[in-house]
Amino acid sequence: MKGTLNLAKKIWKHPQGRVGLIIAGILVFCAVFAPLIAPYDPYDVTARSEKGLSPSLSHPLGTTISTGQDIFSMLIYGARVSLMVGLITGILTALIGAFMGILAGYVGGLADTLIMRVVDVMLVIPTLPLTIVLTNLFGKSYFMIIFIFVIFGWTGLARVIRAQVLVLKNSNYVKAAELAGAGRWHIMMRHILPGVSHLLIMNTALSSAGIMVAEAGLSFLGLGDPTAISWGKMLADAQSGGALLFGHWWWILAPGIGIFLSVFSFMRIGLALEEIFNPRMKRAGAMNRLFKTLNNTYIQKIFEEMDEAEREEAREAAKEKGGASA
Amino acid sequence: MSENKKALVRVEDLKVHFPVKGGMPFAKKKYVKAVNGVSLEIEAGETFGLVGESGCGKSTLGNAILGMQKPTDGKIFFKDQDIHALPAKEFKELRRGMQMIFQDPFSSLNPRFDVYHIIAEPMQIRGGMTEEEIKNRISELLHLVGLSDDDMPRFPSDFSGGQRQRIGIARAIALNPEFLVCDEPVSALDVSVHAQILNLLMDLQKELGITYLFISHNLAVVKDICSKVAVMYLGSMMETGDTQLIFQKPMHPYTRSLLSAVLSVDIDNAPQRIILKGDIPSPINTPAGCPFCTRCPYAKEQCMKEKPELREMESGHFVACHFPLVEEQ
Repeated sequence: MKGTLNLAKKIWKHPQGRVGLIIAGILVFCAVFAPLIAPYDPYDVTARSEKGLSPSLSHPLGTTISTGQDIFSMLIYGARVSLMVGLITGILTALIGAFMGILAGYVGGLADTLIMRVVDVMLVIPTLPLTIVLTNLFGKSYFMIIFIFVIFGWTGLARVIRAQVLVLKNSNYVKAAELAGAGRWHIMMRHILPGVSHLLIMNTALSSAGIMVAEAGLSFLGLGDPTAISWGKMLADAQSGGALLFGHWWWILAPGIGIFLSVFSFMRIGLALEEIFNPRMKRAGAMNRLFKTLNNTYIQKIFEEMDEAEREEAREAAKEKGGASA
Repeated sequence: MSENKKALVRVEDLKVHFPVKGGMPFAKKKYVKAVNGVSLEIEAGETFGLVGESGCGKSTLGNAILGMQKPTDGKIFFKDQDIHALPAKEFKELRRGMQMIFQDPFSSLNPRFDVYHIIAEPMQIRGGMTEEEIKNRISELLHLVGLSDDDMPRFPSDFSGGQRQRIGIARAIALNPEFLVCDEPVSALDVSVHAQILNLLMDLQKELGITYLFISHNLAVVKDICSKVAVMYLGSMMETGDTQLIFQKPMHPYTRSLLSAVLSVDIDNAPQRIILKGDIPSPINTPAGCPFCTRCPYAKEQCMKEKPELREMESGHFVACHFPLVEEQ
C-alpha cells in the first residue's frame, strides 16, 4: 500500500506524469459518475424533435442527426467503455504475460520451449483479420474484443519478463537464498516477482493506451458491441449519420478528442513510469541530443569541404583555361 | 591429509563437465571440462586457499561443493555425508551448514530489501524463530561484522562496497554455518578495505570456529590467511599442501611461475620472473597428458602421454608432476 502511494507521488512529481495523472483522473471521474454528470440519457433515441441540433447551452455539443441523442452525454458515457476495455485488457495482459514469462524464465526446460514457441507463433498472426472473423463467429461484444486482445497481447510482455527473470534467477542474492534452503515459491514471490513488477506496471499503462485506440478502431469498423456507446462507435455513427455532409464537425471532433486524451494521459503516465524505473533513459535522451549536435556540425563541415573542393576545381579549370589561351 | 584431524569437507575425484551447446548434429558431444578430477580434504577450523588463473575451475569447484552444481562424476562429503546422495529435504537441512560469501558485494544483495530483511531472510526461510528473536540475532550479527543497529532500515545503495560485503558476511553467518565458501571476497573491493574484510573473516573464524574455502587469485592474500593451499590449472589440481611449504619451495613448474608473478617489496632479492609461453588451452580439448604440458618449460615426452597423479613429495606437500623441481631447492 505504501509502495503504491510512493509510486503515485513519484509520478506526480514527474512533469509528464502529472499531466497524465490529471487527465486520467478527470476521465475516470467522468466514467464513474457518468449518470450524475451527463445532462441527458445518451441512450434515449426518442427525442425526435431535437434531431441534429448545433451546440447550445442546453446541448453543449449538439445532438445527433439521426436519433437526436445528446452528444455531450454520449461523450461522457463513452469514457466508460474506453477506460474499461483499456484497463481490463491491460491488467489481464500483464497478469498472463507475467505468469507465462516467469514460468518460462524460472522453470525453464520444456515449459520454456513450449511457451516461447507459442509466443513466436502468436506474434506473427495478424490480429485484425482474426478479430473480424472471431467477432462474426461468436457475436460482437466487448468480452470478445478483450478476449482477443488479451490472448494476443501477453506474448510480447512474456518475452520481456522472461529475459528479466533469467537475469534475476542467476543473481547472487537468489543464490544466497537457495543456500539458506529457500524453495522455488519463496524465491518467486520474494525476489523474482518484485524484480519484474516495474515492467508489469509500465506495460499495463502503455498497452492500455494502445488497446484504447484499437478498441475505437474496431468499434468504428462496427465490430464493437452494437448496444453500447463508445467513442469509436460515436465516430462510426457520425460517419453514417452524415456529420460531414451537414458540417457537424463537433460530432466528429468530440469522440476524437476523447480518444486522444485517454491515450495521451496513459502514455504520459507510462513514459513517466519508464523514466522513474529506469533513470538512465533521461541520460540517454541527453546523449541523443549530443549526438545530433555533433552529427550536424560534422555534416556542416562536410558541406563546407565540398564547397571548398568545388571552388578549388573551378580555380583549377580557370587556370587551365588561362594556360591554354596563353 | 593427516589422519588425526577430521575432514569437514572431502571431495573425491570430482568432475564437472558442461555440455557445449550447438555443434553439428550426430557429432560427438563436446564438453567443457571445468573441473576434471579433483580430490581434496578440508579440515575443520582451517582456511583452505584455492588459487589459479581465471577459468581454471575454482568457482565451479566451490559451487559443486555447495551443491549448487551437480557433479558429472565424483563425490562430495560434508560431515561424512555424501551430499548428492541425500534426499532433497535432508540435503537442504545439511547444506544450511555451508554458506557463501560472494565476490561482488553490489549484486549479491537485493537492492529492494533493507538490511534487516536481507539478514533476516535465511532465518525466515529456516523458520522456527520469532520476530523478536530474529531482530536480536540481527543486532548481534551486525555488531559482529562491525555495523550498528541503526543500519537495519537502510538499503544496500546507502553503503560502500566494504560495508556491503560486511552485510553479505552477516547474512552468510546468520545460520551458524560451519563451512563458508569465500569466492574472491575482496577482489571487487578497494585495496584499502581488503585488510579490514580479511581481518573480519579471521576474527570470525577465531570466534565462531568457521572453516573457510578461500577462492582467490590474489596470492599475497592467500599466503597471509590460509593454512593450506591448492593450486588449480585447467580443472586439475597441480599442487597442494601447507601454505608455508608451497610458497617457500614450490615444486610444480606452474606454481613456480605463478609465484614468480607476485610483486615483491624486496627489489634486490626479487625472484626471477618466469614468463610462460602461449595461452591456456581450451578446457574443451584438454591435453591428454599433464594439463600443463603445452606450456611447461620442462615438459618431456612422458608429460604429453600420461596424466600425473598427486604424489606426496614430503609430509603435507602433494605435487602432480612427473618431474617435480626438487633438486633445485
